Amino acid sequence: MGKYLLRYGVLTYLALLLVVPIGLVAYRTFENGIGPVWDALTSPQAISAIKLSLLITAIAVPVNVVFGVATAWFLSRRKMPVPWLVNAMINLPFAMSPVVIGLAVYQLYSRDGWIGQHLFAENIPFLFTWRAMAVATMFVSLPFVVREVLPVLDELGTEQEQAAEMLGASALQSFFRVTLPAIRWAVIYGTILTVARALGEYGAVNLVSSNVVGQTLTLPLYVQNRVSNFDPTAAYSAGLLLAVISLLILSGMTMLGRSGRKEDTV
Amino acid sequence: MSINVKDVSKSFGDFHALRDVTVDIDPGQLTAVLGPSGGGKSTLLRIIAGLETADEGTVFIDDADVTKVAARDRGIGFVFQHYAAFTHMTVWNNVAFGLKIAKVDKKRTRERVSELLNLVHLDGLADRYPSELSGGQRQRMALARALAVEPSLLLLDEPFGALDVKVRQELREWLRRLHDEVHTTTIFVTHDQSEAMEIADQIIVINNGIVEQAGAPNELYDHPANDFVMGFLGPVTTLGSALVRPHDILVSCAPGSGAYQATIERIVSLGFETRLVAAPTSGGPPVTVQLTRREIGDLDLEIGDTVYLTAHSGRKPSARQSNPIDVSRPATAQTG
Amino acid sequence: MLYLSLLVGLPVAALISLSLHSNAWSTVLHDQHTRAVIGFTLFVAACVAVIDLVTGVALAWVLVRDDFRGRRLVNALIDLPFALPTIVASLVLLALYGPDTPIGVHAAGTRFGVLLALLFVSLPFVTRAVQPVLLSLESDVEDAAACLGAKPWTIFRQIIFPAIRPAAVTGMALAFARVLGEYGSVVLIGGNLPHTEIASQVIANDVENGAPQAAAATGLTLIILALLVFLALGVVTRRWSRHG
Repeated sequence: MGKYLLRYGVLTYLALLLVVPIGLVAYRTFENGIGPVWDALTSPQAISAIKLSLLITAIAVPVNVVFGVATAWFLSRRKMPVPWLVNAMINLPFAMSPVVIGLAVYQLYSRDGWIGQHLFAENIPFLFTWRAMAVATMFVSLPFVVREVLPVLDELGTEQEQAAEMLGASALQSFFRVTLPAIRWAVIYGTILTVARALGEYGAVNLVSSNVVGQTLTLPLYVQNRVSNFDPTAAYSAGLLLAVISLLILSGMTMLGRSGRKEDTV
Repeated sequence: MSINVKDVSKSFGDFHALRDVTVDIDPGQLTAVLGPSGGGKSTLLRIIAGLETADEGTVFIDDADVTKVAARDRGIGFVFQHYAAFTHMTVWNNVAFGLKIAKVDKKRTRERVSELLNLVHLDGLADRYPSELSGGQRQRMALARALAVEPSLLLLDEPFGALDVKVRQELREWLRRLHDEVHTTTIFVTHDQSEAMEIADQIIVINNGIVEQAGAPNELYDHPANDFVMGFLGPVTTLGSALVRPHDILVSCAPGSGAYQATIERIVSLGFETRLVAAPTSGGPPVTVQLTRREIGDLDLEIGDTVYLTAHSGRKPSARQSNPIDVSRPATAQTG
Repeated sequence: MLYLSLLVGLPVAALISLSLHSNAWSTVLHDQHTRAVIGFTLFVAACVAVIDLVTGVALAWVLVRDDFRGRRLVNALIDLPFALPTIVASLVLLALYGPDTPIGVHAAGTRFGVLLALLFVSLPFVTRAVQPVLLSLESDVEDAAACLGAKPWTIFRQIIFPAIRPAAVTGMALAFARVLGEYGSVVLIGGNLPHTEIASQVIANDVENGAPQAAAATGLTLIILALLVFLALGVVTRRWSRHG
């Protein structure tokens, strides 16, 4: 008896918090048919927002993946000078409010900021443009690949790499032929998480963006913009698009979460 | 390939793994580096391989100083205790790895890999992954992989340690036969004295970072340099003040010169041999005697009988007792 | 490594230096409104952590020990708040609990709405932390207790809960830290009203109103609070692990 109470209690909680709200949004979006939704998503402002989101993601994700794998490798295989500091820096984006992250980037790249002043002297616009938004996104989505790859590298151990070395492989050959294939699922999973975070970031990007619709709005910013401008259809449409992308990402995470990653260790 | 290690020392923090170790290995031999766990044998092997660097001392391979040469340039094949199989490659690609790195052409690679898979009896399993193989198969694959690039020296680090007893026995004999065929200078590390005794041409005993003795198996068994080597290589028991092999003790019912009087406490019959445990009248630890069926039959003994024990070929206690270990246990219990 | 210091270290250092400008710190610490908001943020984060403890453990239990159709789907759904952009979460909750609510619950512009949003984004933490521990628990000890006559609730309280406690508390700490700085999900449903504001909104407002130094000071306060929570977590879990 208690079992059923627990089960249905829990499911109701999930329903009221998760499922029903999302379902409602889906319903409301298509309340007036597909036409308005399509129009809303293909409007120049929406397209500009989609393009900007894709651009920023395309910049932030590869950088974080490459440097993430490299950082994890150095942490695992070499003695780092101040490992606790490196660890703290990796986890800092998790501990920081997105707004604070945005503020930090803002401060660094503003007209009299440490880097900003040089950029201003060279006449390179940074703050409030997509460039600052990309940097903020990079900061925010930094930890995922490192955190996924590091434990796998640790568990893998160095024996295979030693065997490769004895067989004549250079460090680079050993990394690409032996280490990377062994950690590939962790890298992929970390990449998926990074993409999710980069695409969905709001607070940090909001702070460093000039928030001009049609120019410096990513898709999440666009959603908020449409709500403030009393354009619920556009808001819901964009929101639903993001939700659908998240569900795709979620299924990728789920599929890789269990079976895929077990292969990393024999 | 001849190997000369001169005065090599290596420490890990406060732990001295090797202290002034000098070792000479002749080409074409199968050498065992034998010793208890933590004694430094793996460290020595890895220094020869180039996977570790010595703090002091030099390593010569074929009279060339390779102390500073990188592992990948030494032309050495290495087999790890836990196989170090490339889990994401098939057996075929594992074995072919070294050849691909060396940019050997495809035809020659194919021939060589087939030849080796044949040699190690893994022919039909070329497309399998290491996770689908048994431990013994994985180790044979690791051996094929190491041999693929025709190394002049083969090093094996406790190669059968992770395997079942029966597989261990099979592979040990198989390694000897392989060596007889291929004649590559081979060094393997083990803590199992029966393994070393069975297949090695030369045994080097290392304990606590120093070389206790080096020589042919029988040499070490019959003429051990100290108590440690004696105790490690075979069963020992104490008679008087000397360490003696239990099967080297003569039992007589009549007193004789130099014989120790003892009372029989236990008679254990093990089919082909009988073990006697006797308490010396003069006190001290019980003496273990190993007798054949025939010998015990001639004597007709019972518990409580008084006997007189002499050592057939005993050892005087050495000046340096390297390792006071419990010696009245037969050797087989030490190979755990 | 260069990459890390460039990307993370520099901005944070810039932030710290910013906060040291003028008397930002004293301004912030004395400002009534800011203090009230920080207090509210801490309070609601603590509430969320506690509620998440209960729901998280219950969820983990149902997912591990129970079996029903669609369990795997539900399991996958738990990660949704990780994948969904926070602003969409805000939109989604606004749809059900906002002015157009079909079920008559109008929580927009209320503290309850803020709570809902924070519960949404923090949902997975405790559950995901506890699940693996529950999975690895062997039933011997529970069986022994049952044979000795213990009732299910007693077994839970005395045997299971102590085993999952470290994981649960870790999950709570993560949820707490996450919620402390949350922004996107409360933006729409909170309505930017003074009594529903949480710390991140104060920070954003300060920036907008040209007071970045104050914003920096508040932001750093949040970071310090989060780090304190993790420190405390470390101490507590170490004490527990010493008792095996």
